[in-house]
Amino acid sequence: MSTQTSPEGNPLRDPLDRRLPRIAGPSGLVIFGVTGDLSRKKLMPAVYDLANRGLLPPGFALVGFARRQWENEDFAQEVHDAVKEHARTPFREEVWQQLAEGCRFVQGDFDDDTAFETLKATIEELDKARGTGGNFAFYLSVPPKFFPNVVQQLKKHGLSEGTGDSWRRAVIEKPFGHDLASAQQLNQIVHEVFPPNEVFRIDHYLGKETVQNILALRFANTMYEPIWNRSYVDHVQITMAEDIGIGGRAGYYDGIGAARDVIQNHLLQLLALTAMEEPGSFHPKALTAEKLKVLSAVVLPDDLGKNTVRGQYAHAWQGGEEVLGYLEEDGIDPKSKTDTYAAVKLEINNRRWAGVPFYLRTGKRLGRRVTEIAVVFKRAPYLPFESGATEELGQNALVIRVQPDEGVTVRFGSKVPGTSTEVRDVTMDFAYGESFTESSPEAYERLILDVLLGDANLFPRHQEVEISWTILDPIEEYWDKHGKPAQYASGTWGPAEADEMLARDGRSWRRP
Amino acid sequence: MKIDLTDTTSSKINAGLIQARRAIGTPAVGMVLTLVIVTDEGSAYDSLKAATEASKEHPSRILVVVKRPGRSPRDRAMARLDAEVLVGSEAGTGETVMLRLHGELANHAESVVLPLLLPDAPVVVWWPDDAPPNAAEDPLGRLAQRRITDSSAAEDPVAALGHRAESYSPGDTDLAWTRITPWRSMLAAALDQKHSKITEAVVDGEAYNPSTELLALWLADRLGVPVERRVSDGPGITATRLSTADGDICLDRADGRLAELAMPGQPDRHVALKRRETSELIAEELRRLDPDDIYRSTVQFGVKHLISNPGGAETVKPDGTVKPADKAPATPAKKAAAAKKAANAK
Repeated sequence: MSTQTSPEGNPLRDPLDRRLPRIAGPSGLVIFGVTGDLSRKKLMPAVYDLANRGLLPPGFALVGFARRQWENEDFAQEVHDAVKEHARTPFREEVWQQLAEGCRFVQGDFDDDTAFETLKATIEELDKARGTGGNFAFYLSVPPKFFPNVVQQLKKHGLSEGTGDSWRRAVIEKPFGHDLASAQQLNQIVHEVFPPNEVFRIDHYLGKETVQNILALRFANTMYEPIWNRSYVDHVQITMAEDIGIGGRAGYYDGIGAARDVIQNHLLQLLALTAMEEPGSFHPKALTAEKLKVLSAVVLPDDLGKNTVRGQYAHAWQGGEEVLGYLEEDGIDPKSKTDTYAAVKLEINNRRWAGVPFYLRTGKRLGRRVTEIAVVFKRAPYLPFESGATEELGQNALVIRVQPDEGVTVRFGSKVPGTSTEVRDVTMDFAYGESFTESSPEAYERLILDVLLGDANLFPRHQEVEISWTILDPIEEYWDKHGKPAQYASGTWGPAEADEMLARDGRSWRRP
Repeated sequence: MKIDLTDTTSSKINAGLIQARRAIGTPAVGMVLTLVIVTDEGSAYDSLKAATEASKEHPSRILVVVKRPGRSPRDRAMARLDAEVLVGSEAGTGETVMLRLHGELANHAESVVLPLLLPDAPVVVWWPDDAPPNAAEDPLGRLAQRRITDSSAAEDPVAALGHRAESYSPGDTDLAWTRITPWRSMLAAALDQKHSKITEAVVDGEAYNPSTELLALWLADRLGVPVERRVSDGPGITATRLSTADGDICLDRADGRLAELAMPGQPDRHVALKRRETSELIAEELRRLDPDDIYRSTVQFGVKHLISNPGGAETVKPDGTVKPADKAPATPAKKAAAAKKAANAK
């Protein structure tokens, strides 16, 4: 008979009992801007999926806040419809019943004091009726210009601080500013109200299984670590390509551009995870320390003109459709200099990576939707084959496919069957996506659960955001003063200038 | 794609698997384990369906071993292996081989299975109904890292738990244990919150439901308090009550779907606690292939009580004494089986 208790004093928990999932404690989620697309397509379904997997606490509360004239029932209906349409797991009446009892809606504007008083009353009512214990996360699914307003209102009405042991957390979405100054200002506004460790910045890429798998691939295996350095790696290409245009987001996108929208957060985070040293543990502090270290070692090339490229998609036929160029899109100034494609070359000044370029590129209306990290290795120093035998042999590469078709590909040379010796590139494939998609959770599920558990591992800290801006700001400044974006035909892999940029280094872009 | 092989051998089946994979154009495979299902014609269909469903999460090679020793001496004297190879859409994300072992061959299943295991990948054996008394010593069980039994399918489920406890070796697990994971996680989550000391506990559940026993044993083991096991009409486990000085922490599920959680000083709340399909249970089992120490501790905690009290241990006290229940579910058959078992144990 054992009567030992776990470290937290709960006798039913045991570190050896790995079947028991982490269930969030009593808590609720308040979504501002609940009528938006993100909330309908991602957040509500993610909340349902969590409930369906039994990971939400009994009595979990979901509060919507928006301008629309809705009653609680209308809101519940909206959540119901969103869940039915977008949830990953099958719809089950009893799960829905559990969730629906905790649905509330507060109608109002962000500067409306009465609405925030109602919100406060709603939260108190939920504490009584649902036992949420005063623990609430505020999800700001609103444009950043409303952030100051909302957080100030939360503070003014005493919503930003819990009483006793209870917590209040703020969840914010990108963009985290548009340059260093604005990012710092934003951080200041949010931190004035919420302490830094209670602010969760969502970078949904970090919630993806494949991105978390980078850490497993690098730090759980022995075979990659010895070659993961400048002695073996020739260069690294990190690509995030979209095949869609800006759609209806002209107002948001124009003036921001691809580099700010994607490179500053997603690509630099992927770079940090690929290049960082092994953290002492997976504690958020240890992880953040390593990411900060590698991000602060990033240096820009001296000649920004030659080592950065930006472009705009042009009118063309893409995948069987005729599509408009960026400058012809609705609501875009025909003289706009906003980049829809950006490619930059970065280097990392440390012992592991000195001299290994990291090429980052992103763009809209490219060949296909794909995100991948390609670690390209040096050629073998000597090839003992007769001339011609290795003509078709490229460089070895390890490609982490982040999305879609998640997985890892290894490219290496193999003999072509036949009497002569001829070596050609082949691939070895690990298909994460093919076999596991069915049950691998959506990024938002993981992230919302982590917010409720207070686990900050998968969220960029404000220092990371600020360092990322210091990397990007000089490039944006240079672009502002010099030239204009190159045009590239929609559906291709970016402007010719980008190919020339790599050709100058004797390299070429992988076709993802 | 489906290939039928009559009067065949393991190497012909292996060749068939490669041929089938080539034919559908996916020569590379990302299968992570081999799942061997040992069953009879009667439950082969349901078990295979559940396993195929689970293979979406854990792409695997599924080997269904159906033993047909034969009814007449003539049948028993001959030996024949028939196989059905299924690759592609029919087999979920992996490959399936139905093996029918006729006659004398039924006693040598491991000789057929061994050459068909995936190289360097874990092996899981699952007995959906008739598990051998000692799973780890079974010729097929010996090939596996993970051995899944299901005591709820046994004639005398509580006695089956006793067998499992006696013959436990690392890697054993039982679906009756898997079934209570949602209960256990909900109760653990309830105790994550502040509560006063628990003095005793009650678990209500259907008769012949070993999951109820396991939940009671787990609570007794972990909490170190007397736990009473009561019989209700079901379905499955219907309620768990943990008594504290401030009142009861009670998780009540009358309909097998939606439960109500009551805690002192807090409003009553609904919790979805659905009884799960076999495929979900198998998927959970395949998620971790390391020995389950908590299962060992739970099932072995109870075994001495189960043996010392043939009527079925209704109240398990931490000091090992047992209080007979008010409403014992014991039927003559069950009593007899338990008594026989106790006799064997001596």
